[in-house]
Amino acid sequence: MAAFVIRRLLQSVLVLWLMSLLVFVGVYAIGNPVDILINPQADQADIARAIAALGLDQPLWQQYLTFLRQALLGDLGKSFAYNIPALQLILERMPATLELALAAAAVAVLLGIPLGLWAGLAPDSWAGKLIMSGSILGFSLPTFWVGLLLIMLFAVELGWLPSGGRGPTSLLLGIPVSFLSWEGIRHLILPATNLALFKLSLIIRLTQAGTREALLQDYVKFARAKGLSNARVVGVHVLKNILIPIVTVIGLEFGSVIAFAIVTESIFGWPGMGKLIIDSINVLDRPVIVAYLLIVVSLFILINLAVDIVYSLLDPRVRLGGATD
Amino acid sequence: MEREPTPLQRLVADFARSRLALAGLALLALILLAAVFAPLIAPQNPYDLAQLDVLDGRLPPGSKSGNGLTFWLGSDDQGRDILSGIFYGLRISLLVGVVSTLCALAIGLAAGLCAAYFGGRTDSVIMRLVDIQLSFPSILIALILLALLGQGVDKTIFALIMVQWAYYARTVRATALIERGKEYIEAAMCLALPPARIVLRHLLPNCLPPLIVVATVQVAAAIALEATLSYLGIGVPITEPSLGLLIKNGFDYMLAGQYWISFYPGVALLLTIVAINLVADRLRDVLNPRLQQ
Amino acid sequence: MSEAALRVENLRTHFFTRRGVVKAVEDVSFSVAPGKILGLVGESGSGKSVMGFSIMGLVDPPGRVVGGRILLGGRDLLRLAPEEMRQVRGNRIAMIFQDPMMTLNPVLRIDTQMTEAVRAHADVGRRAALERARDALARVGIASPDERLSAYPHQFSGGMRQRVAIAIALLNQPDLIIADEPTTALDVTVQGQILYEMQKIARESGTALIWISHDLSVIAGLADEICVMYAGRVVEHGSVDQVLDEPLHPYTGGLIASVPSRNRRGEALRQIPGMTPSLLELAPGCAFRERCSRADGACAQDPALSSPAAGRQVRCFHPLTQGATA
Repeated sequence: MAAFVIRRLLQSVLVLWLMSLLVFVGVYAIGNPVDILINPQADQADIARAIAALGLDQPLWQQYLTFLRQALLGDLGKSFAYNIPALQLILERMPATLELALAAAAVAVLLGIPLGLWAGLAPDSWAGKLIMSGSILGFSLPTFWVGLLLIMLFAVELGWLPSGGRGPTSLLLGIPVSFLSWEGIRHLILPATNLALFKLSLIIRLTQAGTREALLQDYVKFARAKGLSNARVVGVHVLKNILIPIVTVIGLEFGSVIAFAIVTESIFGWPGMGKLIIDSINVLDRPVIVAYLLIVVSLFILINLAVDIVYSLLDPRVRLGGATD
Repeated sequence: MEREPTPLQRLVADFARSRLALAGLALLALILLAAVFAPLIAPQNPYDLAQLDVLDGRLPPGSKSGNGLTFWLGSDDQGRDILSGIFYGLRISLLVGVVSTLCALAIGLAAGLCAAYFGGRTDSVIMRLVDIQLSFPSILIALILLALLGQGVDKTIFALIMVQWAYYARTVRATALIERGKEYIEAAMCLALPPARIVLRHLLPNCLPPLIVVATVQVAAAIALEATLSYLGIGVPITEPSLGLLIKNGFDYMLAGQYWISFYPGVALLLTIVAINLVADRLRDVLNPRLQQ
Repeated sequence: MSEAALRVENLRTHFFTRRGVVKAVEDVSFSVAPGKILGLVGESGSGKSVMGFSIMGLVDPPGRVVGGRILLGGRDLLRLAPEEMRQVRGNRIAMIFQDPMMTLNPVLRIDTQMTEAVRAHADVGRRAALERARDALARVGIASPDERLSAYPHQFSGGMRQRVAIAIALLNQPDLIIADEPTTALDVTVQGQILYEMQKIARESGTALIWISHDLSVIAGLADEICVMYAGRVVEHGSVDQVLDEPLHPYTGGLIASVPSRNRRGEALRQIPGMTPSLLELAPGCAFRERCSRADGACAQDPALSSPAAGRQVRCFHPLTQGATA
C-alpha cells in the first residue's frame, strides 16, 4: 500500500511539473510575457522595472527556474484588477466554488444512484425508460442553456428561488458557507442542480448499466438463494459491486465539476473561482489567469491521487494486487 | 432481378428502420438548409445596419416592425429579427462545429494510426499525451487556449480542435490495434508492402465505422462547447454571433421577462444537438458489428 | 414415500419469450427422502437447472412456474407469500451453483457472506453467527477457518470456493440441498473429494440432496435414485442400480453407452446421433424420436409415464428391456 501511494505521488509530481512547463511555455514563450504579466496601464519606467524584477532579460531556462521558484513559494504575481496577490484572491474565492461543487456532487449522487438503481431494476417500466431518456438529454444539452431554463422557470416565472448570487453566508470553522441558513440554501439550489445535471446523467447511466449487469451475475442469484431480503441483495450485493466504478467516476469527475463551475457560476453570478477566471479573462487580468490554471491543475492531480487511493481501498482485488507487486 | 445489396445500401436500409432516427435526420437536413441558405430565406439581414431600427427593439413574437416586417420570434434590443438572427447564427455554430471536428478527426486519425502501426516509443509518447489531455475537462483546455489567444472564430475552431483530437486518436488506435493483430495485416507486412499502403488500404477503412460514430457525437459536443464558450464571452466575437452569443445577448432581458431574445436561439441550439444525437445514436447501432447479426 | 423431504408434483415452468413459449420444465414429478441423494441427469437444455431454480422460487422472467406443486414438509412452496418463500430459501432449502468462481460476491469478505446467510433466518448476534460459520467451514474440511473467514473470495482456489459455497448451504441445517453441477468446473481430484464429502454430509445430517448433472458417471457413484430428463420432461426414473444396469428409455441407454468405461476399452465410444431439440414450440409427441433408432409412427403421440416395476418409471412406447413393456 505504501509503495503504491509513493509511486502515485511521484507520478503526480511529474504531471504537475509538466503542467508548470506547459503554462510557462504558454505564458512566457508563446505570448509576450511583458503583455501577459505586466499591467497594460503601466508606464515605460514601470515596465522596465518589472522586466528586471521578473528576470525577463535572463535566458529562457533561467526564467523558468525563477518562475518555478516563485510558484513554489506561492508568489504568482499580483492581480491588476484587485491589486492583491493572485493566489490570495483565488484562495478567497475557492470556498464558494468548493461548496457549489460539493453540493452538485451530492445532488448527483443522492439522486443519481437511486434513479439509476430504479432504471436498472425495472428497465422495461415507463419510469425506467423515462429516467434513461432524461439522462440522454442531460448529457447532450449544454449546461448553460439548462441553467437559463432553470432561471426562467423557477426565478422569473414562478418566483420561488433567487435568480443568482450567493446570498448570506455563515462561518463554519472560519470558512464562509451557504448551506447553514435557509436563505443560503435557497440560493444554492438552482446552481447546484444545474451543475449536477451532467454528472447526474452520468451516474444514472453507470448505475443502471452496472445494476443490470450485476443482476445477471451468479453471486446475486446465490445471494437470493441464501434467502437474503431483496433490500440486502440490492443494497449490499449489487450496490457494493457497482459502487466501485461509481466512486471512481465521481472522484475523477469532481475535478471536472470544478471546471464546469465556470459556466454555472457565470450564469448564476456565484462568486467563486470560476466567475473570477471569466471576469479576469475579460479584463485581461493575467496573473490571476496563470494562478487559476496552476491551482486548478494541482487540484486535479490531488483529486486523481485521492481517487486512486480510495479505489484501491474499495476493491480488495486492486488492494492486494498492489501489495504483492 | 435479385441483387445482393451493397454494404452502403444495407446500411441505409438499416438506418431507415428507426423512425426516430429518420425524424432526426430530416430535422438535421432542415437545419442545414436553413444555415446554408440563410441569406436567401431570412426575412432580414440582421447585420445590415440599414435594415435595423432601434425603435423596433425587444418586440414580442408576432409583432410588426415599423416597415411592415413581422417578427415571428420577436426582436432583440437592436431591433433585429430573432428568426433571421437564428438562421445566421446557425451558420457560425455549424461552421465551427463541423470544421473543428473534421480537422480534429484528421489529426487524431494520423496520430492514432501512427501509434498503432509503429507501436513502441511512438505509441507511448502519443498515448501519454492523449491520456494527460483527456484527464482534463474539455472546457478547461478550451478556456486555457482562448485565455492565451483571445476571441475569434478561427481561435475558437483551433481550441475545439485541440480539445477533440485526443478522442479520435484513442478510438483510432484501439480499433487499429485490434485490426493490426489480424492475420491479413501480418501477411501484408510479410510481403513487405510499404507501410503507407498497409496503413491506408488496410488499417484505415476498418477504423472508419467507430470513427464516424464518434465524429457525429463530437459535432454535437463541439457545437455545445462553442455555444458555452461564446456564452461566456470568450468564444466568437460580437461581429459574428453564433447561437451561444445570441443567447448571451438576451440573458439580461430574460430576467425582466422578455424571454424570447434568449429562448428561441436556445431552442434552435437544442434542436440541432438533439437531431445530431438521434442520428448518431442510430449510426452507432447500425455500424456496430456486434449488433448486426 | 410419505416421509419425503421434498415432493414435486406435475411441475411446469415455461419461458414466455418474444419468439414463443419455451416449456423448460413440463409435467415433472419426483420426490427425495431425507438423507437420500437424487441425481437429476440430462444434457444442457434439458431443463434440469430450471428445475432447481423452480424449487428455489428463483426463475427469472420471462420464465414462470405455471403449474404443479412443490411440497416441502407438507407445505406447497408455490402458494407461499414472497416473504415466506424467502424464509425457506437458504434456510430449509439451500442451493450450490455450478461455477464457484462466480457464486461468491468478489467485494464482500467470506465472514460477511456467511453471517448474512445465518442472520437472514435466525435472530442471532454477529458473534453467534460467526461461530456457526466457523463450524460450517470446518465441516467441509477447510483448515484454519478463522483466518479464512476474514479473506476475500479471490484469495481462494476454485475448490476452496466451492467448499465455502457448500459451507454456506450447510449453515442453517437445511432439509434439502440442490446442487447444480457443483463439481463440473473443478479439477478431477478436487471433484472426488467434494463428492465424497457431500455424500457423507447428506448421510450424517439426514439432509436430502438433489444433484443436478450432465455427467452420468458422477451420478453413478453418488446418488441413490436417478431421474433422467430430456427436453423438459422426466423420461426415466428409478434407483441407481436399476437405471444403470437395466436402462429402459433409449435415451438413457444412449447416455450409458457414451460413458467411457474400462470394460469396453478399445471400442469406439457410442454417441447419441443428432442434437437436443429446441424447446421453442416443441411439436407434440416424444421429443427424442428424431434421434431414436426405435421410433415409429406411435411416437408422434405423447408417451405417458408408465411404471413397469416398483419404483421405476419410463416415458416410452418402445422401452429397451423386453419384459417391461407397458
